[in-house]
Amino acid sequence: MLPWLPENISTYGGEIDSLFMLIFWITTIVFVAVQGALIWFLFKYRAQPGRRATYSHGNNTLEIAWTIAPSIILVVLALLSRATWDEIKAEIPPHDVTVRVYAKQFNWDFIYPGPDGAFDTADDKTIENELTVPVNKVVKLEMLSRDVIHSLFVPVLRFKQDTMPGRQIDGWFEATKTGEYEIPCAELCGFGHSGMLGHLKVLSDQDYATWVGEQWSN
Amino acid sequence: MSEAAVAHGHDEHHQGGFVSTYLFSMDHKMIGKQFLLMSLFMMIIGGLLALMVRWQLAYPEQPVPGLGWVPEPYLYEGIIPPETYNMLFTMHATIMIFFVVIPILVGAFGNFLIPLMIGTRDMAFPVLNMLSFWIAAFAGVLMISSFFVEGGAAAGGWTAYAPLSAAEVYTGVGLGQDLWIVSLVVLGISSMMGSINYITTVINMRAPGMTMFRMPLVIWSLFITATLLLLALPELTAAMAMLLFDRRFGTSFFLPETGGEPILWQHLFWFFGHPEVYILILPAMGVASEILAVFARKPIFGYRAMAVAMIAIAFLGWVVWGHHMFQSGMNPTMGMAFMTTTMVIAVPSAIKTFNWLGTLWGGSITFQTPMLHALAFVSMFVIGGLSGIYMAATPVDIFIHDTYFIVGHIHYVVFGGSVFAIFGAVSYWFPKMYGRMMNEALGKIHFFGTLVFFNLTFFPMHIIGVGGHMRRIYNPLQYEFLQPLQHWNEIMTIGAIGLGLFQIVFAVNFFWSMFAGAKAPQNPWNANTLEWEAPTPPPHGNFIEIPTVYRGPYEYSVPGMKEDWLPQAQPGTGVGVAH
Repeated sequence: MLPWLPENISTYGGEIDSLFMLIFWITTIVFVAVQGALIWFLFKYRAQPGRRATYSHGNNTLEIAWTIAPSIILVVLALLSRATWDEIKAEIPPHDVTVRVYAKQFNWDFIYPGPDGAFDTADDKTIENELTVPVNKVVKLEMLSRDVIHSLFVPVLRFKQDTMPGRQIDGWFEATKTGEYEIPCAELCGFGHSGMLGHLKVLSDQDYATWVGEQWSN
Repeated sequence: MSEAAVAHGHDEHHQGGFVSTYLFSMDHKMIGKQFLLMSLFMMIIGGLLALMVRWQLAYPEQPVPGLGWVPEPYLYEGIIPPETYNMLFTMHATIMIFFVVIPILVGAFGNFLIPLMIGTRDMAFPVLNMLSFWIAAFAGVLMISSFFVEGGAAAGGWTAYAPLSAAEVYTGVGLGQDLWIVSLVVLGISSMMGSINYITTVINMRAPGMTMFRMPLVIWSLFITATLLLLALPELTAAMAMLLFDRRFGTSFFLPETGGEPILWQHLFWFFGHPEVYILILPAMGVASEILAVFARKPIFGYRAMAVAMIAIAFLGWVVWGHHMFQSGMNPTMGMAFMTTTMVIAVPSAIKTFNWLGTLWGGSITFQTPMLHALAFVSMFVIGGLSGIYMAATPVDIFIHDTYFIVGHIHYVVFGGSVFAIFGAVSYWFPKMYGRMMNEALGKIHFFGTLVFFNLTFFPMHIIGVGGHMRRIYNPLQYEFLQPLQHWNEIMTIGAIGLGLFQIVFAVNFFWSMFAGAKAPQNPWNANTLEWEAPTPPPHGNFIEIPTVYRGPYEYSVPGMKEDWLPQAQPGTGVGVAH
């Protein structure tokens, strides 16, 4: 794993990272091979007195080979990507917690449905810039925006989704480690874009139950 | 019109005064030079904007050295406020893409090279050509003037995503964003005029014997680029008009509260925007192909494959736009489709790279300045191409989308690719443009400095992108998880300053050589293509006699011949069937 990659604390983040590393190795090998050949050719075929360049217009066998080889690699990459992409984006698995997110210039409003489990009721609770969730539970996010496009980015979860005014977009994650993490906005949203920052609090089951108790005690 | 009539028509406005020779010239060569000078001037502005962006990222909210005099609200005693920062990167990208790379590659070299390299006296429509430059210049004035109106210039990113760009209330930018829209529409009109001219000229005015598959690859690339521009620009113009109407006339194409759809803007913008990316790189590929063949003294490897690969890129370029929108909320099933087309479009780029390597294989390579830039183009384009695969894989894109990884990728393609090709093209065709050689020592200093500092500036962007560093943020220190990456920001800024300083060498070389360089011979590089048949610098009407073409453009090192080049116009038969 590359040292700069933030730690991963989501169930599907590992798959993204593996795919990243697969592409990293493929591109590294191609990079070394191509740049190596380039430098080698520059040295070997530098102009020297008495030697003339080879007269060649090409080679059809080679053309076919270097058309097919990258095609195969790229198609395989697309197929490998497909399963992970569908898992993350296509369907929301059965979930334990649902939170509605309203992005706005320049804050995140996290809305919890409260004990009745339904939104738009009296016991809804809005907490600004703080998303509190239980560990090892599937969390569904219903994302909207009140003004312009924002993008909810949780680097440690490998989660990113634009939030769109006028359209609800659903996403999900399951965090595997307790702690507090940052939620920056990743889509330019105006002069306050930088510093539009929320926090994700992943709590153990007991701590989460305590937190829920505190929030809806009165 | 017969050949003689064309020549006669030219004679009539041959003797012009200063105004008709240097300002309202209808000579394609002068128009090309006008585009070149305008774009180099815009490059200085775009570069200075980038340096300010880099300063803020490395030393957030510290006064920019030497800019204490800039009045509020642009800067506060030299400190860049967030509103200005958003303007800086928005205008940097807009200027570099629309007023530097396209006008140099398409406007300057398209104009200069097409008639000379296909063997004709001028463009099909010289008046239209003249208008195309002055309309572009007017668009440039509109764009620059937007800095000085109330609220400042556009600050919604060069992609102008609605609704941020569609209502003044979200950014505080009023007239500036309107001017941005109008300027790009006006520039689009200029490009349309140019495209029509290029396509007509290439189809109808080739010299006798110049079949399509005897055309140099740079002409193929410009022809394909003109076609892309012709098809893409009306769509952008329509989108821009819709955006302007939303802003000023109460329509609601992109404003959701009154029934509009923000994601529609992204579809419209990228349906233009992706062909646009290829508009930026295809002519650069053509330039590199010319230079590599000449300085390797070898025929282009796989000429037909090279031309067909460019045609394939031009077709596939229309069906990949959704890969900019994987995280936009677009139906995830479409993500699959766009990932597949995106992977497919990587193949012709790979084919081109392998053919460039094939061209070098077995060559007799010399390393003058144009060749160094062409080689850097290939090398840097490979990095830009490979880094694109990360974004194409949709799950990986979830993480690196809108991070510095994409900023690194685009700069490896557009600076590492297009701009190195531009430097290569300038140094290669300068003798034909100005009749003098550029200084070789200064050329090499500029090249190596640019190569080193380019990589120092842009390679670390991949690293901080992997670290999750978002693009377009004003102050990285506001984020705890970005603190450990901050030293990279300083390194990149030092790189950018070095990169900027080495461009002074280029400017000195360019202007000094224009007036005091060594006189250029007619064919300084012993090249085959037709522009070298014309006198140096070519007179009005280009050729003393229209050449006849006998073979393809890349007959170098033909066995059994004394010379290692065989010009397209040299009478004779036998060799030269490109395959």
